[in-house]
Amino acid sequence: MALAPVAVDLSTHLPANLPTHVGAFDILPVDPPLDALFPYGGPLRGSVVAVEGSASLMLAVAAAASTQGWWGAAVGFPALGLAAAAEVGVDLARFVVVPTPGEQWASAAAVLLDGLGFVAVQPPRGARATEARRLAARTRERRAVLLVTGAWPESVDLRMRLKASEWTGIGGGYGRLTDRRITVTVSGRGAASRERQVTTWLPRAH
Amino acid sequence: MVATRTLTVWCPDWPMVAAGVAPDVPAAAVAADVVTACTAAARAWGVRHGLRRREAQRRCPDLRLVEREETAEIHAFEPVVVALEVICPRVEVVRPGLCLFATKGPSRYFGGDGALAGVTLDAAAGPASGGPVRVGIADGRFASALAARANTVVPVGTSAAFLASYPVTVLDRPVLTDLLLRLGLPTLGDVAAVPSTKMTARFGLDGALVHRLCRGLDEVPVTARVLPPELTVEEHLDPPVETVEPLAFIAKSLADTLQAELAQRALVCTRVLVEVETEHGETRSRLWRYDQTFTAGAVAQRVRWQLTGWLTGPSAERPTAGITLLRITPDEVHRDVGRQLRLFGNATDATEADERAVMALTRLQGLIGFEAIRIGVMAGGRQVADSVQLVPWSEPTPPPYDGTPPWPGRLPAPSPSVVHPDLPPVQVVDAAGAPVRVSNRGIVLTVPHRILMGDHVVDIDQWAGPWLIDQRWWDSAEHRRTALFQMVSADGVAWLLAASGGRWVVEGMYD
Repeated sequence: MALAPVAVDLSTHLPANLPTHVGAFDILPVDPPLDALFPYGGPLRGSVVAVEGSASLMLAVAAAASTQGWWGAAVGFPALGLAAAAEVGVDLARFVVVPTPGEQWASAAAVLLDGLGFVAVQPPRGARATEARRLAARTRERRAVLLVTGAWPESVDLRMRLKASEWTGIGGGYGRLTDRRITVTVSGRGAASRERQVTTWLPRAH
Repeated sequence: MVATRTLTVWCPDWPMVAAGVAPDVPAAAVAADVVTACTAAARAWGVRHGLRRREAQRRCPDLRLVEREETAEIHAFEPVVVALEVICPRVEVVRPGLCLFATKGPSRYFGGDGALAGVTLDAAAGPASGGPVRVGIADGRFASALAARANTVVPVGTSAAFLASYPVTVLDRPVLTDLLLRLGLPTLGDVAAVPSTKMTARFGLDGALVHRLCRGLDEVPVTARVLPPELTVEEHLDPPVETVEPLAFIAKSLADTLQAELAQRALVCTRVLVEVETEHGETRSRLWRYDQTFTAGAVAQRVRWQLTGWLTGPSAERPTAGITLLRITPDEVHRDVGRQLRLFGNATDATEADERAVMALTRLQGLIGFEAIRIGVMAGGRQVADSVQLVPWSEPTPPPYDGTPPWPGRLPAPSPSVVHPDLPPVQVVDAAGAPVRVSNRGIVLTVPHRILMGDHVVDIDQWAGPWLIDQRWWDSAEHRRTALFQMVSADGVAWLLAASGGRWVVEGMYD
């Protein structure tokens, strides 16, 4: 079953190097400048993406899809700042959280992958290899996107790690946090097999 | 007699009793970060229902927090209901801790209302887990509930006089109550004195209903009651089911069918009869009453309560086989007066993606429980943890709050991506290692240099603040002053810290 077609501006979402077998509907939309992190301008549907060290980055990656009507979920994030999520563009009416799923995190994620466009998981006590494989298979089959944080025993399609960040607007006793420039290392399979380092602004929250 | 003479059994602070907390221990139960029950000792400290958890902890620093355990509440209450069913077979359970029945038959049997109240009190006190029990009898359910608060029997025909001195806030309708107070109608007696046509003209159907309550009548006039049509819904289960969650899932779909049938006939239901039967012919039926009118979700929840109480209760009471039949009967129905359920949230923008998501989420609720799936609702408030509230996901979802009115003093975006619910304490020290202090006027007396979090030491590169939040300055008991700081550590992680009364806590992080 395919997700309902979502209006996508092809000119902004499809990078020039897109292979012929990948179309606009095969990608979870990601707005610039973060599209630069992905070989195809966004996570491929059916793929597993690890986002390490930054809930902000995870939310920013999910924001554009959420704005365009995709449903999403966060499983196992007891301290996720939903105000921050709303500020970067996540539609809270279509973003459910299961803060403390306990041992049932994998079953919960599996059910959510059935009906939602993207699911972020943070296994409470690490994932077992069988659970990770089963969720990856489910993701592929339902053409969803699985975002994982924390220890993940299986290899993933794309791995992003926040390496450094630099804040503007704040000084020694004055100003306030405004914008943030992040350096992210990206590695993975296929087109992403060569590790890259990308420095970009995180989209401004409003 | 216009109103049904009713006996109400009320076990105050039931969630706390069920959690095994003694009334003299300051403790509170929280759900979705809001206090939903507390002990008498906690109340003496100023803890109230509806307070944010953090506010409650500030008022009573020794407050013991317990999670609401619905299952435990049901288990503990089941023996009380069973004991009452000996007195009257038609006990209507409103929620764990509160049930009622019509006194007509039992009162004659036991020799009057006073004797019945005594018998009931004795019957309920034993199984009530040592918690207090109160019993009240009056004309009408509303007066009866208030009589239970006062532990009294209101003589026949005097409910209106009994109610007259109560403040309108007992109606539990904040918006209407506010208006009534400003109109100079502070007590139920004042409202009852207004002609009913004036109340209806000014406040509509809700006003008419409130007026009936204030006069000691039932919510719905007897003439509006209709005989329940043959709307029983049931499901035969083959193979038998032995666990609660699949049954709750089936109950939801039965309740959906029932609600659709009732809606077609313009009826609403205020009491349901839930019957279950096992493979060995054991049955358990129970009446459930709802304060307003039942929705499908509320019916399903009552079924879940009933099954939880039976299937996972004390082993001697448990059925010996799986459930083979689940039947829901609308026991008391009324004509629907001006209430229309929406089909889906906004009704306009439901897409195929929405429908698939709703299906998956409903299925997940059956798997891990209704309370486990949450959705964020913008709530307003000056501090980060207050700005979004997590509520159980349900369909249709409440409309998101759009952020107005402005909350002066709230930090502008970005908000922290990690908000620690338990506010971990830290120390902030200056270059000499002395704690950084903020003066009463909001001046930082020394330059923050390091954050100490247990053994973890973080050097501060940049910092800004303080932003002062002066909350509830009009109330000396609740007044507090908090200074917020943003600090960036050498590794690029930004922190949102709060200092109040010389103590520092982590409000959130920008990771």
